[in-house]
Amino acid sequence: MPSLLAVSELNKRFGGLVATSNLSLDVQPGETHALIGPNGAGKTTLIAQLQGELRPDSGAISFNGADITHEPPHRRARLGIARSFQITSVFPEFTALANVALAAQAREPHGFRFWKEAANDPALTAPALDALKTIGLDNRASVIAQDLSHGERRQLELAMALAMKPKLLLLDEPMAGMGRQDGQRMTRILANLKSSYAILIVEHDMDAVFALADRVSVLVAGAVIASGTADTIRADPLVKAAYLGHRG
Amino acid sequence: MADTIAKPGGLSVMLRVSWPILLILALLAFAPTLSNALDNPFLVRLFTRAVIFAMAAVALNFVLGFGGLVSLMHGGLAGIGAYAVAIMAFHDYDGSKFLGVFPGTSDLAILIPVAMLAAGLGAALTGIVALRTSGAYFIMITLAFNQMLYYFFVALQQYGGDDGLQILSNLTLAGFDISRRATFYYVALVALCAELFFFSRVVASRFGTILQACAQNERRVTAIGIPPLRYKLAALAISGAAAGLAGALWASGQQFVSPSELSWDRSGDYIVMAVLGGTGRVWGPVLGAVVFVLLEAFLPAWTQFWQAPFGVVVILIVVFLRGGLIDLMGGSLARPTGGGR
Repeated sequence: MPSLLAVSELNKRFGGLVATSNLSLDVQPGETHALIGPNGAGKTTLIAQLQGELRPDSGAISFNGADITHEPPHRRARLGIARSFQITSVFPEFTALANVALAAQAREPHGFRFWKEAANDPALTAPALDALKTIGLDNRASVIAQDLSHGERRQLELAMALAMKPKLLLLDEPMAGMGRQDGQRMTRILANLKSSYAILIVEHDMDAVFALADRVSVLVAGAVIASGTADTIRADPLVKAAYLGHRG
Repeated sequence: MADTIAKPGGLSVMLRVSWPILLILALLAFAPTLSNALDNPFLVRLFTRAVIFAMAAVALNFVLGFGGLVSLMHGGLAGIGAYAVAIMAFHDYDGSKFLGVFPGTSDLAILIPVAMLAAGLGAALTGIVALRTSGAYFIMITLAFNQMLYYFFVALQQYGGDDGLQILSNLTLAGFDISRRATFYYVALVALCAELFFFSRVVASRFGTILQACAQNERRVTAIGIPPLRYKLAALAISGAAAGLAGALWASGQQFVSPSELSWDRSGDYIVMAVLGGTGRVWGPVLGAVVFVLLEAFLPAWTQFWQAPFGVVVILIVVFLRGGLIDLMGGSLARPTGGGR
């Protein structure tokens, strides 16, 4: 089966700092692929290059059979790549529903529609509400985003990603800053999404990673040092030394 | 569940949300009557000034309050509209042709669209450059464009240069005489109503939602698949066209335009009016413009250093009413939350 996302020999430097080093990686359709690695390994930089916010110095990224290395981020989003940010990124003054409705609106060919009221348009609110239901935030639909709890805002970001009807979810530490309870809830939500989407997830919570991932890749100093099933990775001596060892 | 989300539409909501502006517009409609009753023709001129400034400030607030773009070139954009009217009227009076091609006219039914087109185009062309920057740089670059426009018209000797340009022909609106003060005032007031209605719809539309989202989190807008630049550019062009309309009416009302109307402090005045009234609502700047013009008119009678108390009033309002004067109208009128009005 052809890969949904294929990254080959990607390189990115910031001055003297090598953030991505000859990195190759793929995500199969329907697969949940987890990316782990110590702080500063270049995980977020990689996600940013996949989403298009950063351009690689060299290498190629193909998505769904097409080369997207030089596509701008908004076009990648339209092709089906949805990113949730490590630091929560929503529209703070909009309600939760309006946040997700805008993500649904983004799928329309263009936004040059000046007259019809958007907030009451079921063409936008219905799919938005669906996405909120999927992640269990529908009872908070009319709350302003900045009044939501941190955990709820993380969920909201996920709902926005879903409303884009993506093929691939790029999740950059979806549990970041969450308490144990919220983290477990997010893990359950992601477990439910697993069957419907291909997912590339960066996460520090090892319980979540091993519970969700079909495949785990370990990133150290911008390069993949190991890749395999959760069990293989757990047993890999290199990985233990480089990463898991630090966590006792 | 559903009823907490579905908003009841229709007239009742419209009235609940927009009663303050309906009240203000209704009161403004009595300005000529008041002027007659007090036998003070100055009042009509004063309120004409307030209404036209309100139009420019509302135009500015579309990009300022909803797009997060602090533009210091709206004085210049309104000036383009003003000069468009004055120049075409000049050629009409003169019998000559603009650029040797276009015959002049004194009919506002043609002049106003021309003025709006010229100012909108000016906003779009400068916007292509200015929108590459953001924050303080955007303010600086729009200021620079405003000054370029100012000196352009100063240097335009054919149309009066520094001295400005008098409108000598009799302006009409689709053939109707509008030279009476009160008539012209009502024309301006109707134009303001039309502008408010237009922007209320646009702000709540899909386009308006994108514009507001750009102001809050542009990175997120891109990430969901919407390229922000073209929407901000379109918003700036629309805002510029509306400022051009205000400028066109300004020149028509004064029968005169001079480069001093384009100076950058006029652009600053529009920002003060918008912030004073409240940037969170389409109609907030109307309140700001009326208060601004009244203070500007009546404070000098009290002290020749009227700018000092004026400044104090502005500071007090901004400090104590974070949302501007519209906050006095009640908390339920706070900034819109996805849709907007």
